[in-house]
Amino acid sequence: MDLPTLWFWIVAALFVGYFVLDGFDFGVGMSLPFLGKDDTDRRVLINTIGPVWDLNETWVIVAGAAIFAAFPEWYATLFSGFYLALLLILLALIIRGVSFEYRHQRPELAWKRRFDLMITVGSAVPAFLWGVAFANIVQGVPLDADHNFTGTFFSLLNPYALLGGLTTLLLFFTHGVYFVALKTDGEIRARARRLGVRASILTIMVAAGFLAWTVLAFGTLLGTAFAAVAAVALIGSAIANGRGREGTAFALMAVTIAAAVLALFSSLFPAVMPASNDVANSLTIANASSSTYTLTIMSWTALIFLPLVLAYQAWTYWTFRKRITRAHIDAAAH
Amino acid sequence: MEDLLDPLALSRWQFGLTTIYHFLFVPITIGMASVVAVYQTMWVRTGKIVYLQLVHFLGKIFLINFAMGVVTGIVQEFQFGMNWSNYSRFVGDVFGAPLALEGLLAFFLEATFIGLWIFGWDKLPPKLHLVTIWAVAVGTILSAYFIIAANAFMQNPVGYTINEAKGRAELVDIGAVLTNPVALAAFPHTILAAFMVTAGVMIAVAAWHLKRNQNIETMRPTLKFGLWLMVGAFAGTALSGDQLSLVMVDTQPMKMAAAEAMYNTSTGADASFSIFTLGTPDGVHELFSIRIPYLLSFLSTHTFDGTVEGINDLQAQYVQLYGPGDYTPVIWVTYWAFRWMIGLGAAHALVAVVGLWLTRKGRTPTAKWVWTIAIWASPMSLLAMSVGWVFTEMGRQPWIVFSLMKTSDAVSPNVSGLEVLISIIAFTIVYGILAVVEFRLILKTAQKGPEPIELEGDDPEDPAAKPIVRATVY
Ligand code: HDD
Ligand code: HEM
Ligand code: HEM
Repeated sequence: MDLPTLWFWIVAALFVGYFVLDGFDFGVGMSLPFLGKDDTDRRVLINTIGPVWDLNETWVIVAGAAIFAAFPEWYATLFSGFYLALLLILLALIIRGVSFEYRHQRPELAWKRRFDLMITVGSAVPAFLWGVAFANIVQGVPLDADHNFTGTFFSLLNPYALLGGLTTLLLFFTHGVYFVALKTDGEIRARARRLGVRASILTIMVAAGFLAWTVLAFGTLLGTAFAAVAAVALIGSAIANGRGREGTAFALMAVTIAAAVLALFSSLFPAVMPASNDVANSLTIANASSSTYTLTIMSWTALIFLPLVLAYQAWTYWTFRKRITRAHIDAAAH
Repeated sequence: MEDLLDPLALSRWQFGLTTIYHFLFVPITIGMASVVAVYQTMWVRTGKIVYLQLVHFLGKIFLINFAMGVVTGIVQEFQFGMNWSNYSRFVGDVFGAPLALEGLLAFFLEATFIGLWIFGWDKLPPKLHLVTIWAVAVGTILSAYFIIAANAFMQNPVGYTINEAKGRAELVDIGAVLTNPVALAAFPHTILAAFMVTAGVMIAVAAWHLKRNQNIETMRPTLKFGLWLMVGAFAGTALSGDQLSLVMVDTQPMKMAAAEAMYNTSTGADASFSIFTLGTPDGVHELFSIRIPYLLSFLSTHTFDGTVEGINDLQAQYVQLYGPGDYTPVIWVTYWAFRWMIGLGAAHALVAVVGLWLTRKGRTPTAKWVWTIAIWASPMSLLAMSVGWVFTEMGRQPWIVFSLMKTSDAVSPNVSGLEVLISIIAFTIVYGILAVVEFRLILKTAQKGPEPIELEGDDPEDPAAKPIVRATVY
């Protein structure tokens, strides 16, 4: 495998990390109105992701920086082309991020409710728009000879992309609900399991449609294989949740999301941003990548530091492995 | 209307505004992370409750501030591609690497260990928990290093070659990029300035409580620490700033000439540093000024008979080198920004020196206005920092990458003025609201003061009593 191809898969891996991890954060955020009956409940929910949401979100920063360094042309085309969509994602991430920290600063319920709403909206918007963005990338967008995007914000909102957005939204929602079932106890845990059953059925229907469309329209052999893995894992996770196997359900959902992301990247390969108007304008791994020197440096750094990062992040998850209950909230310092 | 929707002008405004905004929070993050780490180290070593109180108290201020640094930072990361896509295409091969390194080495470290620190009090043994805050502190400083190295490439491109076929700059020497003389000088300058900003916060908070005669046992040490930190950091800032001046004259002589609004090349005594100049509004003609002879020569070359090139000569040289065009930045901005940076910082340091004198050997000033000054002085270093960056960035104009690419060629060709206008408005509204919320929260937390620590056992006076550690929850 040459270096640009290696980096294509590293970028894919970073997005796998991002969607698997921040995916359940988004899901927990979106589940607040469904699972939180009172303020203590909502605090339980928020505290399941409290120690980790920031590290999860950092995956997208690193993924973005990796695209910048390894595929400057791709970074330039993608970020300028999807300008307004990214603006919305940024605004959502801003209001969501500050809410975790600000929500507990004042005791008034009205104050807290405002930030609960911001967490929910701030989670739903990126959960939806990332799906829209990736579906558009796979489907191809109009590019001129200088690789500049020539469509508009509204041309991004086509049926395939909207279905993609709905798919990620539902996948992350269900992922988050499974996470809540895994990380809480008592009433909330039972509620999350029940909600998980309903959510998983809807998710399976929508995701099946999107994966089938992807395979039929843009499928490659590898892409189809990953889509199949995603489908099997998704159904498996629903069954596991139904049987109360929370750990298995969550793990299989992580596999589903990972496989779905890999299915999208495999369908792209060897392009990174296919042009829908004229194949000659497509951005590919070859014409978008950085020089061999840069990629060599980056490969060495990734080789050394990525395992280290994974190790201390795994340790963090291990440190906070215990379930959180209402009793914890009442007993804790404020 | 055409002017209002000029994507270039709007993108420049947006980048300037969002970056200045990001950098209102970052200095406090950088400085406060280390200060909290120092206090926590003292707590672990001595077991004195006062230090633990300060860790919790300053830690709260730190966290409220930290959240803003994080969320505004993501905008920064995306903006290069969103608004400056031609720039990104041109320099990505070189410039992307330090950004990616920053993410991998610094941001991951910070973002992971901050969670461990906040929620780990009851889950990690004290020494290990102490390591987590140090990891955060190291992360903030590392991230500053990489971003400054990236910025230094824009000021003084090194370690690259131009690939004509691809029409872009390509990295040939990462070592050169990471040891860019501009970065080596700007890094300590910026970090030390960040410590000044943090010291300013500590002084103001302590002064507010001492003025009211409350929380003396915690706020007196905070005040002393803040005052010494301010004076020490200013000394370091000035020294590194001197080094930075030398490098700047070497790499971007136009910026020094613009900082001085000096039109003609001068030598020795003529290369004087003006402290105050009244001129025609365009800055071209001088009406009145107070000048220190030789100082500019000394700042620029470290000799008294050095020659400092003037704007007119440099402009002529650049036309020869780079073709016709205007190579002068906006003079009144650079001129005044340079002075305000130094002046505000020096004034803040002066406040601290006076403070040290007034509080020497356990003394406490009784006059209220002394405290009032200490409180109201707090934004000075932060302002100095912001205008310092405005100087650096606007002094580089018209270049985005000095000598290689002009800002006007860097903007995204396919992003319309309307889109940028929408994003500016959106950022302004959201940032504006958050600024108010953030400021109020910090003020409220700071004024509430350190909280008492619950101790094990029944006797509150027992010096051996250990604090009760509880889980933190949001
Ligand atoms: C509290 C803030 C503060 C204070 C008191 C000073 N500076 Fe500064 N200065 C900064 C904060 C700053 C900064 C905002 O952090 C900058 C912007 C870019 C950089 O690297 O640091 C800066 C830039 C900057 C530059 C421009 C570098 C470039 O564009 O390449 C020079 C020449 C100096 N400074 C010199 C000085 C001198 C001689 C000072 C004498 C006391 C001084 N600064 C005090
Ligand atoms: C935090 C401190 C910083 C501040 C306050 C700051 C401020 C500014 C301002 C005011 C401008 C507009 C200048 C003009 O158009 O006239 C600008 C432009 C810009 N800065 Fe910075 N800057 C900072 C750090 C950085 C860093 C670290 C980088 C890169 C890593 C950077 C990259 C840019 C770019 C790409 C532009 C847009 C093009 C341009 O106008 O030159 N800045 N910045
Ligand atoms: C214009 C260029 C800049 C970019 C692209 C940028 C990017 C970012 C990003 C993405 C974050 C969030 C990290 C997280 O999620 O943990 C962040 C925070 C931070 N930035 Fe910036 N930044 C810029 C300017 C600066 C400058 C000039 C400095 C320092 C001199 C700086 C220092 C920091 C630090 C220390 C943090 C971590 C502390 C915090 O999260 O508040 N940044 N930045």
